[in-house]
Amino acid sequence: MREYLLTLGHAVSDAVWRLGFASRFFVMIIVYSGSALRRLHLTIREIYFSGVLSLLIIMVSGLFVGMVLGLQGYDTLERYGSSEALGVLVALSLVRELGPVVAALLFASRAGSAITAEIGLMKATEQLSAMEMMAVNPVARVVAPRFWAGVVSMPLLAALFSAMGVFGGYLVGVKLIGVDSGSFWGQMQASVDFREDIVNGVIKSFVFGIVISWIAVFEGYDAEPTAEGVSAATTRTVVTSSLMILAADFVLTAFMFRGT
Amino acid sequence: MNRATLDLWVGIFVAIGVVALLFLALKVGNLAAASSAETYLLRAKFDNIGGLKVRGAVKAAGVVVGRVADIHLDPESYRAVVSMKIDNRYQFPRDTFATINTSGLLGEQYIGLDIGGDTTMLKDGETVAKTQSAVVLEKLIGQFLFSKAADDNAPAKK
Repeated sequence: MREYLLTLGHAVSDAVWRLGFASRFFVMIIVYSGSALRRLHLTIREIYFSGVLSLLIIMVSGLFVGMVLGLQGYDTLERYGSSEALGVLVALSLVRELGPVVAALLFASRAGSAITAEIGLMKATEQLSAMEMMAVNPVARVVAPRFWAGVVSMPLLAALFSAMGVFGGYLVGVKLIGVDSGSFWGQMQASVDFREDIVNGVIKSFVFGIVISWIAVFEGYDAEPTAEGVSAATTRTVVTSSLMILAADFVLTAFMFRGT
Repeated sequence: MNRATLDLWVGIFVAIGVVALLFLALKVGNLAAASSAETYLLRAKFDNIGGLKVRGAVKAAGVVVGRVADIHLDPESYRAVVSMKIDNRYQFPRDTFATINTSGLLGEQYIGLDIGGDTTMLKDGETVAKTQSAVVLEKLIGQFLFSKAADDNAPAKK
């Protein structure tokens, strides 16, 4: 019994300690992010690794998700004789939910895990300590550029995902099934609102970008400097950021689309 | 990979992302349609607005000419005051008739404007005098049952 309580207490205090350290780390990133702007080429390099290299997976997934939405949506709408509303269904579900969320999940597993592994390995091979020895702040030099690269890339990738999805829905709905092209686009434009739907979607993906990048750099920085520790940290990044994305999505949706 | 190639790729990436955003804003959303037109404000008082919502359409002869901007209850007359933003291109006579209609059987409700014959036009901020409320299905059924009951009772009395 005592043994059990000890383990439980240890686990709780450990979790709270990590939460506190993560928050302090976030403030540290913000404080030292001036250098990420001053030495822009570091950030641009990281945008290449996390953003540009994710382009292919995001675009292909977006296309397929849109195509599936087109097929499934048509099947359901057809029963109510309103297959002309297919454009609305595809565009709204992509712009509001699927675009930001699925792109964020893909980004977390494609780029977030890579960031964690990289920083974790730098720590394991004592590159971070070496930087400190040379009076180079590793948070400013290594962490902040990666963080901001993720924050910048995420909204662009989500927008790309949604755009490709709408295109995929168009391909299946209009070109394959034969929904009228005019009503597909016309009804879509009539019901998708710029402020309510598109801007809110971009805000969502921006928040997800912050969440993913923060978790990824923190787990890497906090990783146990062993091969096992780095692998555990990489797993934790994917699991934690996926959960946080879905939880944050619920909170943001509850705020944004209340009663409209 | 050298710095110039990196910059090029990141530039392409940002450009594609911005194009995707523009596509969403202009082709998928209604930014182009919404911001292009200047609008003026008209008001109308209804006894009952049914399920009318803010951003609902205002139609004349089936053409969307504006949007519902605001709905509130007048605390003195207890009638619903609906503010509508109407496209500047369209002017309506002073005796225009505003009704609340439903598109389709279960569709959204919208305000329909039936054009009158007056030569003076409604100006910004003025109120449409003649209105007809939304048809509330429950009331309609209630009236029907009431008149049915009255009909059934009448022959029994003789």
